[in-house]
Amino acid sequence: MLDLKGYGPELLDGAVVTIELAFLSLVLALTLGLIGASSKLSGNRLAKGIATFYTTVIRGVPDLVMMLLFYYGGQVGVNILSDYLWDAYEIDFFFQFDPFISGVVTIGLIFGAYMTETFRGAFLAVEKGQIEAARAYGFTRWHTFRRIMFPQMLRHALPGIGNNWQVLLKTTALVSIIGLTDMVRVAEEAAKAERMPFHFFIPVAAVYLGLTAGSELFIKWLNKRANVGVVQGS
Amino acid sequence: MPDFIAQWLDQNDIFTAMTIMEYWDGMVNTVQLVFLSLVIGLVFAIPLAILRTSKNPLVSGPVWIYTYLFRGTPLLIQLYIIYYGIAQIPGIQETFWWEIFREPFYPALLAFALNTCAYTTEIIRGAIVSTPHGEIEAAKAYGMNWWMRMRRIVLPSAARRAVQAYSNEVIFMLHSSAIASVVTIVDLTGAARNIYSRFYAPFEAFIFVALLYMALTFVLVFAFRKLENHLLRHQRPVGS
Repeated sequence: MLDLKGYGPELLDGAVVTIELAFLSLVLALTLGLIGASSKLSGNRLAKGIATFYTTVIRGVPDLVMMLLFYYGGQVGVNILSDYLWDAYEIDFFFQFDPFISGVVTIGLIFGAYMTETFRGAFLAVEKGQIEAARAYGFTRWHTFRRIMFPQMLRHALPGIGNNWQVLLKTTALVSIIGLTDMVRVAEEAAKAERMPFHFFIPVAAVYLGLTAGSELFIKWLNKRANVGVVQGS
Repeated sequence: MPDFIAQWLDQNDIFTAMTIMEYWDGMVNTVQLVFLSLVIGLVFAIPLAILRTSKNPLVSGPVWIYTYLFRGTPLLIQLYIIYYGIAQIPGIQETFWWEIFREPFYPALLAFALNTCAYTTEIIRGAIVSTPHGEIEAAKAYGMNWWMRMRRIVLPSAARRAVQAYSNEVIFMLHSSAIASVVTIVDLTGAARNIYSRFYAPFEAFIFVALLYMALTFVLVFAFRKLENHLLRHQRPVGS
């Protein structure tokens, strides 16, 4: 039987942290992706430029560098802001930049860029006639988006969202480097203390494998549901 | 040079010749680590991808298990298992392997090579199985045996289809290599972390290194675009 030397509950808490981190980052990434894709497809040149800059920068910089910049830089930024607010307006404003928030913000920002590309492709895959028809029925822009574009876009976006989610899940391991006690961090500490690396890292690897395998099945099921009624070409 | 830049360069005490050299050494380490692991990964990925397409489950099964395990778990954990694990193998400290693996560079190289090899195997497999059937039939009609067919028809044609996905993998590997800094390797990220902790200057240290990574990424993107144009030159429209 697997003997975790008393680290079992801590590892379990760590696993919960990992899952929370992954889900919150996903929500942020999806939101940013929708905003990014809408800006890229909008006629507004400024919005287009900002979105293109955002996706280019993110794709050029490693996740870990981004995370270190947000974690260490974020705290310095808060300190400067807090000094300024106190000096100028005597407003007492301060908060500790913790690794969890930095992790969610960084991973959300990074995958927001990838989601932007996914959503952009998916929006372009919706037939133009659908939008014209909605307009002809007198739908407002918001209604066209919510009732016509969004539901049809989702079907095209699902495979891309699924891939991004799988990569995102594995990226959460990096947050252990900036000191969040997720399951990787707990395993690392336990492995060092007990001098048993295989003993602690292999169960953690197995949890990740279980999460990715489970997500794969779930995404397959979602895809099947989303494509009900679509005749597949052979 | 505009005055304000000259002034800033005069006053800054972070970007001195010493720290620039530190970044340079880090860059050398990053490039070596990424380049070697990509080469090793690619060399092993080609035969593994061929095995992976075999109809015999006893041949393709083990390769599938390997790629599934390495693609389903984070690279950081693979690195930790190899880095901390190698020292725990009974008796290794008496053999010559210990001389090699006590340096953090080599466990990291092993972890990165195994990881990228798994992804590359799946990329090449995908390209192989999507070879148009007519090409293989034609090769058979010419009397080519399996080996010649592989060498002259299937692999060159698969290479063209794989290059796009492979370029993504190369960039992904460059970015993943940043985690080498957690096992005490002074790569680009490691250099930035040292400089951050010496000056407590997160913006300078990390934004500068981010720009270096971006430059490397764009060089790679450009090189792969050239390669793609070269490989797909037969598809160029006539007259251009």
